[in-house]
Order: sequence, then C-alpha cells, then structure tokens
Amino acid sequence: MIRSVPKKIGQIKFGLISPREFRKMSVTRVITADTYDDDGFPIEMGLMDTRLGVIDPGLRCKTCGQRAGECPGHFGHIELVAPVIHIGFAKLIRKILRAVCRSCGRLLLTETEKERYLDEIRTNLKIGNSIDDVVNTVFKEARKTKKCPYCDEEQIDIKFEKPTTYYEDKHKLMPADIRDLLEKIPDEDVEVMGMDPVSARPEWTVLTVLPVPPVTMRPSITLESGQRSEDDITHKLVDIIRINQRFQENREAGAPQLIIEDLWELLQYHVTTFIDNAVSGVPPARHRSGRPLKTLSQRLKGKEGRFRGSLSGKRVNFSARTVISPDPNLSICEVGVPEEIAKELTITMNVTRHNINEAKEYVARGPSNHPGANYVVRGDGRRVKVTESNAPELVEAIETGWKVERHLKDGDIVLFNRQPSLHRMSIMAHEVKVLPDKTFRLNPAACPPYNADFDGDEMNLHVPQTEEARAEAKILMHVEHNILSPRFGGPIIGGIHDHISGLYLLTHKDKKIYKPEALELLKKSRVKELMEPAGYENGMPYWNGKQIFSMILPEGLHLTFQAEMCEHCEECKREGCERDAYVVIEDGILKNGSIDVKAIGSFKSKILDKIYKEYGEERARMFIDDATRLGIRAIMRMGFSFGINDEDVSSEADVRIGEAIYEAEERVRKLIMAYNAGELEQLPGRSMDETLEMNILQELGRARDAAGEIAGRNLGLENSAVIMAQSGARGSMLNLTQMAGCVGQQAVRGERIRRGYAGRTLPHFEVGDLGADARGFVKSSYKKGLSPTEYFFHAIGGREGLVDTAVRTSQSGYLQRRMVNALQDLEVQYDGTVRDTRGMIVQFMYGEDGLDPMKGDFGTRESIRSIINTVVAKRESR
Amino acid sequence: MIDKQAMESRIESLPLPKKIRSAMLAELLEMELTEEEFEDVIRLTLKRYNESRIPPYEAAGVVTAQSIGEPGTQMTMRTFHYAGVAEINVTLGLPRIIELLDARKNPSTPSMTIYLKEEYANDRERSSDVAWNIESTYLHHVGDITTNISDMEITVNLDEKALEMRKMRPEEVAMAIEEEIGLPVELLDHRLRTAPEEVSYRGLLQLAKKIRNVKLKGVDEIKRVVIRRENDEYIFYTEGSALSKVLQIEGVDPTRTRTNNILEMAEVLGIEAARQSIIDEIMGTLREQGLDVDIRHIMLVADIMTCDGEVKQIGRHGISGEKASVLARAAFEITVNNLLESSVRGEVDELDGVTENVIVGQPVKLGTGSVKLIAKSEMGGMNHG
Repeated sequence: MIRSVPKKIGQIKFGLISPREFRKMSVTRVITADTYDDDGFPIEMGLMDTRLGVIDPGLRCKTCGQRAGECPGHFGHIELVAPVIHIGFAKLIRKILRAVCRSCGRLLLTETEKERYLDEIRTNLKIGNSIDDVVNTVFKEARKTKKCPYCDEEQIDIKFEKPTTYYEDKHKLMPADIRDLLEKIPDEDVEVMGMDPVSARPEWTVLTVLPVPPVTMRPSITLESGQRSEDDITHKLVDIIRINQRFQENREAGAPQLIIEDLWELLQYHVTTFIDNAVSGVPPARHRSGRPLKTLSQRLKGKEGRFRGSLSGKRVNFSARTVISPDPNLSICEVGVPEEIAKELTITMNVTRHNINEAKEYVARGPSNHPGANYVVRGDGRRVKVTESNAPELVEAIETGWKVERHLKDGDIVLFNRQPSLHRMSIMAHEVKVLPDKTFRLNPAACPPYNADFDGDEMNLHVPQTEEARAEAKILMHVEHNILSPRFGGPIIGGIHDHISGLYLLTHKDKKIYKPEALELLKKSRVKELMEPAGYENGMPYWNGKQIFSMILPEGLHLTFQAEMCEHCEECKREGCERDAYVVIEDGILKNGSIDVKAIGSFKSKILDKIYKEYGEERARMFIDDATRLGIRAIMRMGFSFGINDEDVSSEADVRIGEAIYEAEERVRKLIMAYNAGELEQLPGRSMDETLEMNILQELGRARDAAGEIAGRNLGLENSAVIMAQSGARGSMLNLTQMAGCVGQQAVRGERIRRGYAGRTLPHFEVGDLGADARGFVKSSYKKGLSPTEYFFHAIGGREGLVDTAVRTSQSGYLQRRMVNALQDLEVQYDGTVRDTRGMIVQFMYGEDGLDPMKGDFGTRESIRSIINTVVAKRESR
Repeated sequence: MIDKQAMESRIESLPLPKKIRSAMLAELLEMELTEEEFEDVIRLTLKRYNESRIPPYEAAGVVTAQSIGEPGTQMTMRTFHYAGVAEINVTLGLPRIIELLDARKNPSTPSMTIYLKEEYANDRERSSDVAWNIESTYLHHVGDITTNISDMEITVNLDEKALEMRKMRPEEVAMAIEEEIGLPVELLDHRLRTAPEEVSYRGLLQLAKKIRNVKLKGVDEIKRVVIRRENDEYIFYTEGSALSKVLQIEGVDPTRTRTNNILEMAEVLGIEAARQSIIDEIMGTLREQGLDVDIRHIMLVADIMTCDGEVKQIGRHGISGEKASVLARAAFEITVNNLLESSVRGEVDELDGVTENVIVGQPVKLGTGSVKLIAKSEMGGMNHG
C-alpha cells in the first residue's frame, strides 16, 4: 500500500479577487434565474448548472466528473451590467475617495510624506505591529489637502450617505465613476494607504463580476410533498440575476436616466444583502414567510457560524454518549462501557505475524458476539463487513497486512468527557471495562474533576484511533496523571459523601473489630494480610478501626495534621484531643485522629497529596481505590441513615429556640424604637437607615446562630446529619440550623426584603413596619414548616439565587472563552521562558521560578528543611 | 563543619531561583552539617527542583485560563462590604475579576489604600490631619445652608466642631466661597451671609445650590476616607481614587500607597507596578472568595496583559484583537470585518497558533505538536514519531 505523504498548509494569504480572476475561476457564466426545468433537471447556465457541482445523487458533475459527495463544487459568475459597491468596503471607499485627487487619482500627499509613511508602514509590518495608526494618519493628513500637489486640481469634499451613496457637492457619484477613479490610483500610493496593490487593488472593492458560489454550499432540499425548497443564497442569486436582466433590457432600450438609476440602486440593494443581510440602514431581504434571509455574512458570524461552529468545532466518529451511573467497585481509572456500545465502537488493528491469531479470534466471533470484529480491510484496501455467514471464510483469508476493526474490550484506552469542559480534567483517559446494561459506569470518587453526579447526567466517550493518540492519552490524560489539579497543586480526585462518612465512622474513636468483620471490610482492597491485632478478647483477636485503615496506607508514611472537625482551640491538645481531631500517621500507621475530608476528601486530602508526591501516581490511585472501597464497606457495616425524625429536637430545646428568637426580636424592636426616637448611635460613614439595617441584620443573624447552636447541641454528636457535617461528607452546620433551628433572614442583594407595596412588603403588615417578620425574617425551621408570609419571603430569596446562578454561568463562560483565546498560544520552552507560537517572550521564567504549580509547594523553607532532615536522618542511622 | 562564607557563595552559585536560594541559605545557616552532608543537601535540592520544574512545551496559557475560568462559576456576583472595612463598598467576586481583565478605565468602585510616612503613621492627631487633607470637604459638610427669602439672602451656620476637626477657620471658609462664587461674603462669628447680585427667587436658589458644593479642602475624587489601625499604624481606605494627587500630599508614604485602578497605577507608577497590582487584585479577589488558585497562573495573566509596555485588555480590544493570525481573530469575535480588513491589507496567516491549525485541520504546534522528532523505524524507512 502506498503511504500518502502528509501535506501541510504553510500559510494562507488573504486578498481581494480581481474581476479577471473571477472569470478565470468560473466554470460558467450564469444568465438565467431559473434552476430546474420541468423534468427536474438542472438548466444550463442556470443557478443549478451541473458544471457548478452536483447535489442530486446519480448526476455527475460536468466539470470534474465526480458524483455528489465527491465533487467539491465549482464557482460560476454573473456579469453585472453596472458596477456596484461591495458593502463591506463602503467605509474604506469613503476614506480613499477623500484621500485621493478627484482628477488624477493620486494620494493627496507630497512625495516625501508618502515615503516617510511608507517607511513607517514597512517597519511596522516587519516587526509584526499593527499599521492601523499610521494608515489612519495617512487618511487624515491626505484629507486636509485641498489642492492636488500633482495636478493642481481643487478638491471637493465627499459626503457619504449610508449605506452606499457618495456625493460630491450634491452631485451623486455612481459606482462606475468611483471605480474609474479608483483605477487611476497608482500602486505606490495604494501601498501608502496600507493596502497591498498586488492582492488588493482598490477598484476591486467595486464589483463588476459577481461570483456564484457552487451548488454544494447552497444545496436545495426536497420537501415531503416533492416540492423543491431552495437555499437562501440561491434565492438571493435569483433576485440578483432578475434585476441584472431587467437593468440590461432597460439600458439597451434606452430607458430614461431616472429608471436606470432606480434599477442600479435595486441591483446595489440585492448585491448588498447577498453579502450581508444585516447592514444598518438597509431593510433586510426576507423570505416569503417573513424570516430574514441568511446570506454570506450571517453564515460566517456567531457561535453557530462557519468559524466558531464548523471550523473551530469539529464532529467526530468513534464516540458514544449515554447516562452515567455509579459503580464503586470500578477503579477510578476505569469506565464501565455497555456491551452494546462496545460492539459498536471499534479499534483498528493491523494484522502482523504477532497478532494474527488474536485477530482471527475476533473475526471468528463475528459482529454480534462481544469481543468480535465489525469490518476487515483487505490487503488491497477493500473494506469487507464481517457477518455471521462470512466470518469463517474471512478467518481463513486473513493474512498479515490486513486490518481488523475489532470491538472495544477491557483495558482499551478511551477518553471520557463531561460538558461543560471547564478544565483539562474534564476530559480524561480511562480504561474500558465492558459491562452489561445501558449506562456508563463511573467510580463516584472520579466525579469531582468532571463535576458529575448521577441525577441524569450524560457523558461522552471517544475512542482514539491511532497508536500515537492512544499513547498520548495514556501518558498525558490518564486519570492517574490528573489526580492533582494544576490550579492549586492539590488532589482533585478523592473520597466523597459516603466514603468520608464511612471512614469517619470506622476511624473515629476506638472501635473493636473482630476477624470476620475485618476481613469483610478489607475484602475488596489489595490487603492480603492482617496486621498484628490490637488485643485479644476471650482469645479472639480484635483490631480497631484505625488499624483497619492503616492497612491500606503505604509503609513509611509520616504525616500529622488537624482534621476538618478540629475546632481550632486556643491551645491544641494534639494527641490528647477529646474530639479525636489530631491526625497522626507514623510509618504508615494511623496512631491518632479521625479520618475525614481533610484526610481523604477531594480538593482537601492531605494523605492523598502526600502519597502522590512521595509514592507516585499509581500508588495514589491504588490508595483512592482502596480507601473508597473500605469507606463504602465500613458504612455498610456500621449502618448509616438520615430521616425526617433526625431533625427532631426536644420540646425543651424547642422552647429555648423560641426564647432566643423572641429575645432577638425584642432587641430589634428596641433598635427600631431608638431609631424612631433618633437615639440610635450612628456608624461612621453610614446613614441612620443603613445603621439600623446593619444592626438588625446582625441581631437576627446572631439569633439564627443561637437557634442553630441549641438545635445542634440537642441533636448530639451521634446524629447522622451532625456526623456528615462534622466530617465534611455533606452539608454544613448551617444546613442543620435551618432544618432544625431557624431558617433565618431572607435577603435580596444583601439587604432585608423591602420591595412590594408602598412602605410595606405585604398587606399583612403595617405600613412602615420595620420589624423582623415584616422584612423577611423566617423564624420557623424547615422541619417545623414556614408560615405563609415566611414562605413568600423564602421564595423571594430563593428566586434571587436562581437568577444569580443563571447570570453567573453566562458571564463566567464568556470570561473563560476570552481568557482561553488570549492565552492559548502560550507555551513553556526548554529554556524556561514562556512564549507564544510566534516566539514572542511573555515571561523569561515561568512563574518567576520555573516551578510547576501541579507539583506543589517546592521551594518553600519547609521543603528545604525536609530535605535537610532526610540527610540528617541518614547521618543518625549510620 | 564548613565555613559560612563558603556555604553562602556555594549556594549563591547554584542554578536555582533566588527564592529557593534564600530559603536554603536561611535553613542551612542554622544547621551544623559536614561538607559531605552539605553537598548531599545541594544535590537533593537540585534533583527535587528539576523534578518540580514545569515540563517544556506545557501549554501554560490554556492551563492558566482554565485555572482562573473554572472557579468563575463558583464566585458570587454581588458587591460586598469589604471584610474588615465595613464602611466602604468594594466590587468583589466575578464582576471584579471581569473588570480587572477588561482593564477598564474606570472601575466601578475605585478605592485607595494609603499608607503614611513613619512620623505620621503612629500619631493619631497627625494622621487624621492628613486624612482631612485627602477627603474632599464641601461647604455642606461644615455648615447648614439656609435661604432667607424675606431678606433674599443665604446664611450659612458653620458647625464649630466640624471646622475644628478639619482645622479650618471661618475666615478661610468665607474666602473659599468668595473665590468660588465671586460675591462678597459677610462673616459674623460663625455665620456667613451672602446675597445674589440680582434679586430673584430663582437666582437665590441657584446660588444656594452653588454654595452647597463649594469645595473647601481635600482631593476632588476622594469622597471618603476611613482610618483604620492595622499592624500598629494608621492606614486610610478611601472611596474614590486619585493616586498622583494623593502621593503629593504631605505625610503620605508614596512607596506603599496603592489604588485598585490598574490603569492609574500604570500611568503614575509604571507598567511594573500595574503588573504587580493586577496580581495583587486578582489574588485578593480570589482569596476573599475562598478560592485557591496558584499565583503563577495569575502572574501569567498579568504578564500577557502588560508585556509590551501598556495595559492591554483580555478580549477583542486587547490581546485577542492584536493577534497576528487572521483566522484566530475571525474565529474569536467580529468575524466578517476581520476578514474584509485583512484581505485589503493582503495579510498572510502563517498558521502558527492553535485556532488556525484547528481550522485547517492540522496538528497544533503546542505540547506534543511541538516535538519534531522523527524515529528511524527498524525497517529502515522514516516514520513520523
């Protein structure tokens, strides 16, 4: 087989097309506005001429002889009866007309000035700077000249009327006159105006020939009724041809100037809207239904336009999308793929003498038995579909040099992605695990980087098709490689929810665990041997929860930190902490402290961070796998549930909460009285009203906290919600406060609610009532239920939150797009500099020290000290 | 044991960033190490440094953009009272980040942090004098203005306390008014009297309005100054910003005083100061929101905004609009105009950047695409590696 030489586009030059070039590249002149004849066959020299390319299956292109789908299409042209202005250059033409002599067409500057500007332009171009400023001064200076320095002609100021009319002292300039004048401008002067005379002569901005785009870019569609419906562009071209014809007929018949001018203007209108149908001052051309036509500019512009929609965003094959669901038994770097999908997605294997037997096995199984094959490509490049019937003979025929498109199977590398892809961890490489059922399965610990949950989220899967792509995916994009986030250098993958609750329950305080239980807990982990038991009871060995957790820790791990539940007491009692919040790990043994988010949670995990940095990414992955499985086993063993009666507080506590709120309300009343009496002490820089509001807000905030405090204490440390909040598994004490204590003040833009009726929020209250209930303080708890007015205020506050989120997503999305666009070309070089792809240096040393943010905190005094300590430790051991 | 001096010069000669060298110096000088151990430490440090370096061809820009953009969804939208300085409103969260990256001429809440020179910073009296010289004082701050219709005149009852606080004498106030309105002002103890030239009700009201806003003292732009004591010195936070004017005021420490207006920083203190203040402002905003973003990312943003000597916006009027590639510009915003303009100029797209190559369907020259190695295959032919 012949290997095609990879072709590379070196550069793309932009320019205007001259009329001559238009004609040269045209395959036919288009003269009739009709498209198809009565038999439904394209009319010659019509808009659907088969020389322009074909879209109907069965027809062949008369230019290249290829069928629909193969033929790329070819341009035709329309000879315009009279020149028209290209709307995109209307402003440029105005500038040029004002800058050149009306009789000799030379730029109204002296030779020396021209030379100076030209010099400036050339140097700017050479160093890659913008020439806008220079060119603008050229136009500005030239316009000031009132008398041509070359032919002494007096200059008349040009008036421009949007969109395409130019007046010279009330005398209208026709496009033909303009074109004649532009033609006179010598090449040297064109260059001073910042244009390139070779690729863009100014007169080419006035069209005399109009290119007719190939049929392939304006395909007509056949409706169910058998009626043909043409593309917007075709409609526009029909209009242009019609007017062009009428214009010609009238001109040949010697019609009066007035009619000619009208037709000319009409032609101008149609050509303008053909190019851009959203020019201000020009009524947009409409479809019969009243919908504005989508013409050339509209096709390019915007998110769904050619540039952003079709060129920067590409569609792909070898991908799948379905709902995701959790499977804690998978490793974090695996993804469960439904068998149905695995049978559809294929990987091409080149048959060699090493894998020919394997390849035969796949083909033998055919397309419907799982690790089978869908296609084979023979040595001569012919693709043959594998079916149940031809499988046996294909197996016999396979030889080296063939290709087999085999099913996806366990261990293949695939890319997994969830939108919005906000960071690089939104697309990671996973290993396939083919499973029954119809959803993608994902370890819940791998959710944080994707920001995924299982409430119906869908995700995409892509199968890399070349060895290079697979190697790159495995080396650079593997989940293991992305455990640390480059944003802050900490782990982004880690335990969530039940993993944390489970390990917390397991490790908090001392729990006796006997052998069968211990084995059960560690069943799914890599631990094969139990450590020395903590003690014996009735001759039976037992372990404690901390030991069980220690067994999945790597040997030689030393770490001390304060757990999430640490209350940051004035003086830390360290090992003596009665909350068991001081975590000590010595040589891979958890000696003290409870495991919670700070230890194994995503974003915060200290243990994971340390393991990753000291033992490598594979060990870190194993630890996550073990820890999450252990966590889930533990929570299953211990049992853990949360229901509505977990929010019950004792009646005594209920009374105390009521009292606390009543007292706060009383204080608010006093504040209002003081305010009304003008006795309120004003805060510096705040008005009386603001002072009162701030004081009330503070007072009510304190009341809610007090209620929460009472409720939280009453629920006790054994309460599931309290355990979840304290270990950081889910929820916060604030959530609990709102459920069991008091919901608190509802706010709109950080203030108490005051909108509604004149002087009051609702008709339930007095006008001018500034009290707590009248301004959106909810004293009930969610458990207790809200009163009607409270419910209403709560809805107001809730609505604000929703609006806020909606606005924020769009704003931050645009911010990110802008940032990516501005920064995407930057790259770190071997010399440590950061440069864009042109080689412009942005930083001489990345981040001033050349360190990778992902590799964390090296360079601090602590890291140096730890190096010294290892060296010193070596001395002591000697 | 090794000689301290030798240790110092040895460390200084290491190919390490200054920050790490000084950390080493600080740590090693305390330790008593043998020469061998010292060399061991150096060897290990160099090894760790090399392992921790950012890999070549890393797409640092995209990582930066994502690292700042991704937490954007977690930020709040509201203007908050600044932590600590409850009296001054400062834009925070996502709107502030957008404002900074837009390099806006006028931020929505301009504010300054003014430090004082040593001799003022600890003196309550002297520092408050400086504050009064900064905060703009208008007549209505120091007196009640009443229009007396029966006599067709305006009287101002000056507030003695307010005047004393601002260290102003009634005569000065009278002078200032006279200068501003060009009419004679009568001063009786703490009462000022003036009348419009032409006796008319409208004229009187207009004059009253004009008098109200006669500036007596301070910097126009600074609407309020809040004095706080932090780390054993008095610091001012202001509403409104006028760096160049404030720096000239006696007692202000020009080396530490800042404004949150980036362009003002660039104009008054130069581009390096602007860069640093972009970093400080973004870091401050993110930290306030409780978001952890490595400073290196923010440095890169600040550097690309300032690297050619002026503060450039992240967006179509700045970096993205000045890109060399036509296709990259067209793919970002204002597609059609960019294409038209570049065709007139006869521009050439060299296809160096990311977007351009994605558009034409070629491998991007970044990361793996930067490597230009060709491996010899066993078979003897050349394969692209």
